[in-house]
Amino acid sequence: MPPTLTPPEIDRHHHISDGNNGHKPPTDKRTGGNGDGDGDNWNNRPQGHRGPRERLAQARIGLFFALGGDLMFFIALVSVFFVTKASGHFDAYSHFINEWLPTAIPSILWLNTAILLLSSVTAEAARRTMFREHDAMDEWFGIGRPITRRATLWLSLTLLLGGFFLIGQWVAWDQLAAQHVFFRSNPSSHFFYLITVTHAVHLFLGIVALIAALMILQLSRSLSTRQVFVDTTVWYWHVMGILWVFLFLLLVYGQ
Amino acid sequence: MKPSTLRHPARSLLHAIFSTHHRNVGFGYLAISFIAVAIGTLLSLAMRLHLTWPAWHFPLHGLILPEEYLALVTMHGTLMLFFVLTVAPQSGFGNLILPSQIGSRRMSFPRLNALSMWLTALALAVLLAAFFVPGGAPMGGWTSLPPLSATPLAGPGEGLGMDLWLASIAIFCIASTISATNTLTTIVKLRCNGMRWERLPLTVWGWFTAALLSVIAFSVLLAAILLLFSDRHLHTGFFLPSNDLINGVLLQHRGDGSPLLWLHLFWFFGHPEVYIAILPGMGLTSMVLANFSRRRIPGYRLMILTTLLIGFLGILVWGHHMFVAGLNPFAGTAFSISTMAIAIPSFAKVVSWLTTVWGSHRTPSSAAATSRFPTPMLFALGFVSFFIAGGVSGPILAQPILDEYLHSTFFVVAHFHLIMSMAGLFGIFCAIYYWAPLLIHRTLSEPLGKLHFWGTLIGAYSTFLPMHFTGLAGEPRHYAQLNGLAGPGMTLLQSTMPLQRHITIGAIGLALAQLPFLLNLILTLLRPAQPFDNPWNATTLEWAPGSLNLHPSNQSPVVHRGPCQYTASGENFLTQWSELTPSQPKPE
Amino acid sequence: MQASSIPPTHGFWNLPVNAARHGHVLDAQLLLNLWIALALLALAHLILFIGLARRKRSRTPSLLLVEYLPIAAFTILLAALATHSERLWATQRFTGADLSAMQVEVTGMQFVWYFRYPGTDAAFGTTRLALASAANANPLGIDPTDPHGRDDIVTSQLVLPANREVDLTLHAQDVIHGFSVPQLRLKQDATPGTTTHIHFTPETPGDYAILCTQVCGLGHYRMQAILRVLPPAAFDAWLHTQENLHAQENLQAQTASTTEAQP
Ligand code: HEA
Ligand code: HEA
Ligand code: CUA
Ligand SMILES: [Cu+2]
Repeated sequence: MPPTLTPPEIDRHHHISDGNNGHKPPTDKRTGGNGDGDGDNWNNRPQGHRGPRERLAQARIGLFFALGGDLMFFIALVSVFFVTKASGHFDAYSHFINEWLPTAIPSILWLNTAILLLSSVTAEAARRTMFREHDAMDEWFGIGRPITRRATLWLSLTLLLGGFFLIGQWVAWDQLAAQHVFFRSNPSSHFFYLITVTHAVHLFLGIVALIAALMILQLSRSLSTRQVFVDTTVWYWHVMGILWVFLFLLLVYGQ
Repeated sequence: MKPSTLRHPARSLLHAIFSTHHRNVGFGYLAISFIAVAIGTLLSLAMRLHLTWPAWHFPLHGLILPEEYLALVTMHGTLMLFFVLTVAPQSGFGNLILPSQIGSRRMSFPRLNALSMWLTALALAVLLAAFFVPGGAPMGGWTSLPPLSATPLAGPGEGLGMDLWLASIAIFCIASTISATNTLTTIVKLRCNGMRWERLPLTVWGWFTAALLSVIAFSVLLAAILLLFSDRHLHTGFFLPSNDLINGVLLQHRGDGSPLLWLHLFWFFGHPEVYIAILPGMGLTSMVLANFSRRRIPGYRLMILTTLLIGFLGILVWGHHMFVAGLNPFAGTAFSISTMAIAIPSFAKVVSWLTTVWGSHRTPSSAAATSRFPTPMLFALGFVSFFIAGGVSGPILAQPILDEYLHSTFFVVAHFHLIMSMAGLFGIFCAIYYWAPLLIHRTLSEPLGKLHFWGTLIGAYSTFLPMHFTGLAGEPRHYAQLNGLAGPGMTLLQSTMPLQRHITIGAIGLALAQLPFLLNLILTLLRPAQPFDNPWNATTLEWAPGSLNLHPSNQSPVVHRGPCQYTASGENFLTQWSELTPSQPKPE
Repeated sequence: MQASSIPPTHGFWNLPVNAARHGHVLDAQLLLNLWIALALLALAHLILFIGLARRKRSRTPSLLLVEYLPIAAFTILLAALATHSERLWATQRFTGADLSAMQVEVTGMQFVWYFRYPGTDAAFGTTRLALASAANANPLGIDPTDPHGRDDIVTSQLVLPANREVDLTLHAQDVIHGFSVPQLRLKQDATPGTTTHIHFTPETPGDYAILCTQVCGLGHYRMQAILRVLPPAAFDAWLHTQENLHAQENLQAQTASTTEAQP
C-alpha cells in the first residue's frame, strides 16, 4: 500500500472539486437516512448491522422500488386498454367498426372492493400493533407476547378477508362465464380478465406473504424480523388495495 | 459465507454456488455473460461467413438456410444485448464492486440477489433451448415484431422457438427488476458514513441510473410479452389487425389491434435498455481516466447531472426507432427533437473525458503501474473512441428525413455496434483489467493486455466502420443473402461485396484478438495470488485495505471526501477513506 | 433507359445515384451531416491524441471554457441541423399528395410485392382478405361484386411516369414489410391492418430496386421488385396496353364465371 500523502494543494483546489465546493465545511454527517441522530448506539456499528430501524427502512425502500416497477407494468396494461378501446377499422361500406362492447361489471365486485378496503384496515391495525412501544418492551423483556398475539389476530383477519376477496373475484368470473362472457369474447373482456387476473395474481402473492408473515410471527424470536415482515407485507397489501380501487374505477367508468 | 472454514474443494464449490454472498452472485453473473458472449460471438462469425460466402458448407452443419440465418441474427442480438451487455456491467460488476465502493459489506437483499442471478441463468438456458426445438430459434430479430412473432404460421422458428424466446425474456425481466431493486436499495440505504450523494463515484451513479431505468423499462416489456403471449395462445388480437392473412390462413380476431402498439411498448423498453447497457461503462470510464491521468474530473457535479439527464431523456425518445414504421409525422418531429437533445449530455461527457486526459502524459509513480498507459486506461480510452465514433451517427439517424434513407440499413448496424457493442465491451474489459487485483488477487499481464487492446481496437474498427458504407449503399439488415436474384436489387447489393469481404475478415480478426485475453486470464489464474494492495493508486473505497474481506466486526469505513482528489502535479492524492486534512489549516 | 449501365453507387460515401425529386435536398442534408460527423470524429480524436501526447500538465481549466462553451456550440450546431431537416421532413410528410397525383396501391405479402392501378375509373375496388389467393389469380382479394374493382390492374412490377407526383398507398396482408427504394430515397413500412401513404416524384427514367426492409420471414432477402420509371409518353403507352389486356381478360373471366358459379 503506497503512502497517501496530504499535500496542502489539495485543499486549495476544493473549488473545482466535487461536493465540498469550498463553502460547506465537511461535516461527514451520517448518510443513508438511518438512525435519525437519536443517539442510539447502533450508529457505531457497521452498515447493515445497525439494528431494526435500518432493516425496516431497507425493506421499505426495496418494496418501494419493486412496486414502482410493478406500477409501470399496470400503466402499460392500462395504456393498451385505452388504445384498444379507441381503435377500430372501416368495413367494406366505409363504416367505422369498433368492436368494443363494455363488459358489464358483476355487482359482486362492489362487495369485493369493500372487503378489500376493510382488509386494509385490519392489516393496518396489525402493522400498528407491531410498533407499540409499550408492548414492544414487554416482548423484549420476555414478559409476554402481546404484540404477537394481537398482530396474529389482525393478520389472520386480513388473510380471511383477502381470501374472501379472491373467492369473490372467482365468483365474478363465474357469473360472467354464465353470461357467456369469456376472456376471448371481446376486446373489452380481454381487459376485464387481464386486469382482474393479474391483480388477483398479485393479491395471491400478498396472501402468500401474509401466511409467511403469520408463520414468522410464531416462529421468529427476533422482534425486528417480525416487524419487518409484517410491515412490508402490510404496505404491499395497501398498495394492492389502492391499485385495485383504481383498476376497478377504470373498469366501471373507463370502459 | 466464510471461505476459510471450508476445506473440501467439492464442498466449497457447492457453497460458492449456493451462496448468497454478493461476490459469488457477481461471479455467477459474469459466468452467465461469458457463456453468452462466447456463443454470441460464434453466431456472429457464422453470420459473417454466410453473408460473404453464401454457398459455403459449414463443417458439421452444411449450408445455412435463410431462416437459419435469421435465427442466428435474432439469437446473436438477444444474447449479446440482454445476457452480455445488461448482465455483465450492471449485475456482474454491480455486485462485485458496488458494495465495497460505497463502503458496505453486502447488498441489501442477498437472498433475492442470488435468486435473480439464478433466474437469469434459467432465462439463458431457456433461450438456448430454442436452438434445439423443432423449427429452431425464432427469426424475427431481437425486436420480435408481430405479426411475424405472433403466430407459428409466419415461418419456422415462430412456433415453440418463439415461445421459448418469450419465456426467456419474461424471466429475464423479472430477474432484472429484482436485481435493480436490490441495487437501488443498496445505494440508497447502505452507504457508509460520510458517503454523501455527491461523493459517490461516477460508477455508482451509472449503476444507480441504469437500475432506475431497469425498474421502469423491464416491467413494460413484461406487460408487452404477456400481451403477445395471449395473442399467440389465447386468440386475442392486441397486436394483430382483425383480419390477417398469413401463409394462406385467414386469422380473425375480435378487435383491432395493431403491430404499432407492440413497437411502442417494445421501444419504450428498448431504448432505455441500450442506456442500461452503457451507463455503467460511462461511469467507469470517467473514474478510470481520472485515476490514470491523476486528474480531478472537471465538473464532477455536471457529470452526475448528465448521467441522470441521459437516463431521464432516454425514457422520452423511443419513437426514433419508428420514424418510418407508420408513426404520425408530427410525433416523428417531437421524437426527433428529444433525441437530438440526448446528444447534448452525451457530448458533455465526451468533453469531460477529453479534458480529463488532456496533458496527462506522465511518469508513473507506482511500481505496479510500470507503463504510462496501463491496459485499463487503454480500454477506457478505447471506450471514449468508440463512443464518439458510434455517437456521431446518432444525431444523423435522429433526423427523420435522413432516417427515411438509413433506417434498417447496415448504417444502423454500424452505429450500434460501435457505440453499444464495442464501447460496452470495452467497458467490460476495462472493468476486468482494472479490478482484477480485487477480484482474482492478481494483476493481468500487461503485454498480453496491450496485444488484446490493439487487436480488438483495430479489429473492431475494420469490422464496423465499413458497415457505414455498405449501409449508405443501401444494404438492408436481416438479409440472408446478397446474391442469387437477378435485377437492379442484385446489382445494388452485389456492389457492396468487396466491403463485405473486408468486414468478415475484420470480424475474424476481432474474434482472434480475444485469444490473448483468454490466454492472459488462464496464465494469470495459474500464478499464485499476490497480497492485496492498491496497485493503481486509486482513491475510491473498493481499494481500501480489507474492503473486500470486510467482516461484520470490522470498523465501518468512513468517507471524508469525494473521489479523485489529486494534487496539481498528479503525484500525490487523497483517498476517500484517509482521515487526513479536513481539520488542517489551509495555507495561503 | 437501363439503370444497370449507371454505376449503382458513387462518391466517397457510396450513395446510390438519386432518381427522385426530393432526393436532392435529402442527399445534400445527408452529406452535410456525414461530413460534419466525420469532422467531429476526427477533431475529437485529434484532441484526444494531442492531449495524451502533451507532457505539460496544464492548470485545471475553468469549467466555462472546457465544458459550457463547447456544449453551447454543439447545441447550436445540432439545433441548426435539426431545424433544417425538420423543415424537409415537414414538406415531405406533413401534407398529403396533390389531388392530381397518380394513385398506386402497394401490397406486401410474404414474399412478394403487388402493385395495383385504379384503371380507367380512377377508383380502387374494395378488397377482402378472404378472397385473396394467388392460385385464383386474385392475390389481393379484389371483390368481384364491386364495379370499381373490375378495371383494376394488378402488376408485379411498379411502373411510374417520370416527373409526375405519385401517391402510394401501402398495405400488408400478413406481417410488416418495409417498402424501400434506395435510389429514390424512399422508405416506409407496410403494416397489416393500417394504410400508409407516401408521395414523391420520380425524376430519372430507369430501373430501380425495390427492397423489403423489415424482417418478414425466411424470404425477406428475396422480397425484391423492380421499379421502372418511364418517360411520360412511354408510360402512357404502357398503361394503355395494360388496360386493354385487362379488359380482355375480364371479358373472358366473366363469361367463364357466369356459366360456372350459381350459388
Ligand atoms: C453486445 C452487443 C453486441 C456485440 C458485442 C456484437 C458483436 C458482433 N456483431 Fe452484432 N448485433 C447486436 C449486438 C452485438 N453484436 C445486435 C443487438 C444486433 C441486432 C440483432 C437484430 O437485428 O435482431 C446485431 C446484429 C449484427 C449483424 C447484423 C445482421 C443482419 O442484420 O443481417 C451483424 C453482421 O455483421 C453483426 C456482427 C457482429 C460481429 C462480427 C461482432 C463481433 O464484434 C464479435 C466479436 C466478439 C467480441 C469482441 C467479444 C469478445 C468478448 C469476450 C471474449 C469476453 C468478454 C468477457 C466477459 C463478458 C466476462 N451483428
Ligand atoms: C449503448 C447503446 C446506444 C447508445 C448510447 C446510442 C446512442 C444514440 N442513438 Fe442509437 N441505437 C442503439 C444503441 C445505442 N444508441 C441500438 C442498439 C440501435 C438499433 C436497434 C435496432 O433497431 O435493432 C440504435 C438505433 C438508433 C436509432 C434508430 C435508427 C433506425 O433504426 O432507423 C436512432 C435514431 O435516432 C439512434 C439515435 C441515437 C442517438 C441520437 C444517440 C446519442 O445518445 C448519441 C450521443 C453521442 C454523441 C452525439 C457523440 C458526442 C461526441 C461528439 C459529437 C464528438 C465531438 C467532440 C468534440 C469535437 C470535442 N439510435
Ligand atoms: Cu417483406 Cu421483409
Ligand atoms: Cu434508441
